[in-house]
Amino acid sequence: MNWLIDFWRSSIGGKVIMAITGLLLFGFVVAHLLGNLQLLSGPDKINAYAKMLHDLGPLLWVMRIGLLVVFVLHVATGIRLARANKAARPVAYAKEATIQASFASRSMVLSGLSLLVFVVYHLLHFTLGVTNPGHSALKAAGAGGHDVYAMVTASFSVPAIAIAYMAFQAVLFLHLSHGVQSLAQTLGLNHRRYSPMVRTLAYLLAAAIAGGNAFLPFAVLSGIVKVAS
Amino acid sequence: MKVTLHIWRQSRQSTKGDFAQDGRMVRYELDHVSADMSFLEMLDVLNEQLIHKGEEPVAFDHDCREGICGSCGVVIDGVPHGPERGTTTCQLHMRSFKDGAEIWVEPWRAAAFPVVRDLVVDRSSFDRVVQKGAFISVGTGAPQDANAIPVPKHDADRAFDAATCIGCGACVAACKNASAMLFVGAKVSHFMHLPQGRVEREQRARDLVAAMDREGFGNCTNQYECEAACPKEIPVRVIAEMNREFVRAKAVEEPASDKGTGGHG
Repeated sequence: MNWLIDFWRSSIGGKVIMAITGLLLFGFVVAHLLGNLQLLSGPDKINAYAKMLHDLGPLLWVMRIGLLVVFVLHVATGIRLARANKAARPVAYAKEATIQASFASRSMVLSGLSLLVFVVYHLLHFTLGVTNPGHSALKAAGAGGHDVYAMVTASFSVPAIAIAYMAFQAVLFLHLSHGVQSLAQTLGLNHRRYSPMVRTLAYLLAAAIAGGNAFLPFAVLSGIVKVAS
Repeated sequence: MKVTLHIWRQSRQSTKGDFAQDGRMVRYELDHVSADMSFLEMLDVLNEQLIHKGEEPVAFDHDCREGICGSCGVVIDGVPHGPERGTTTCQLHMRSFKDGAEIWVEPWRAAAFPVVRDLVVDRSSFDRVVQKGAFISVGTGAPQDANAIPVPKHDADRAFDAATCIGCGACVAACKNASAMLFVGAKVSHFMHLPQGRVEREQRARDLVAAMDREGFGNCTNQYECEAACPKEIPVRVIAEMNREFVRAKAVEEPASDKGTGGHG
């Protein structure tokens, strides 16, 4: 087991953990978006999808716990590496300058922590029904207890909530635009043939995901998606 | 031309608990600077004046002044080796600055590079990393015939890209995390593309990364400031290669008890 602990503690081991958990979380975000886009097809489609997920039973819990482990690993390793990075430069430059590092790459810790706050809020809001119990009650009331459509549309028809969700998608765009290209480099995928393509792809994917997510609150707010009556 | 300099002055060596010591930025006005002077020659002129006034001259590292030894290097306006790409401080000329410019001059700032005095830092952490495996440990004997081991041109080029490293430390100074991964990646890449280096590739990757981590360098976040600051323009490809080599070396590592048994039976 020593070699595993050594790997875990090493700088590159930490980076690899960030890359692999990042890739898994990226996969989750893609699946999450594809699932939620069914909101555009009306209540029947998305509510059936919610029931299907719920009916997975124990398998759903395996997925949830797996996701939680990956998430905690990503956050904890990120914090560990960020602290080591801070300690590696005890005295800051009097004159700071950046040659080519992108804004997104320089704000990864901040965007990451912001997303952590968002995820906690998102869970409190929809999954646990703490912040707006009324919205969750709508879900339980209709469609056999799976009326996600009513819950989501009611939530996003509150402008403050819809705008907050859209604002956090901008943060997600920043985080993914650097994260996706960074994980390729960390996993050793760097080649003049495809690296420029990976960089472009990272921006496109980040924009597609953030844009897709932000479209849902926008669609409800602007009346493209009708609020359940 | 006339310039205003802000230079880091520190009279005592950095310690772990007190890195900055009495260090502070001190302002100097310097007139009659020729545009054809190198940056170091400009500092020489400043030091002449300081000595005439009975003040301590500014300590800075330099040796060949030809851009090949890796001794010199200061952070100029936040950029290691100053504004020109692929240039060491000694090869930077004052024509790169405007007349009347304000110039900030600081030492490499990293926990692994304690300041000895003013702009001079102790880079022996690099030496300790190199001692752990950035070499080929075979008894070489008499020089071999130059082409006895054929090396494909492509591999030779890759190895040479990394071998151009002069060990100046600009990559660490430029990195937002004071990471040494461009330097260590260059060592790994230098040897992994050559048949002589491949024999010890796993041991080398493990040992160099462990040595780098021990010295207290930061971790790479793939921002590529190092590549932009490197006076030899070593590409960040070498970091990806090191990541690959390290993961591979860890994956094939034998348990300690099995080492050196020379096979079974």
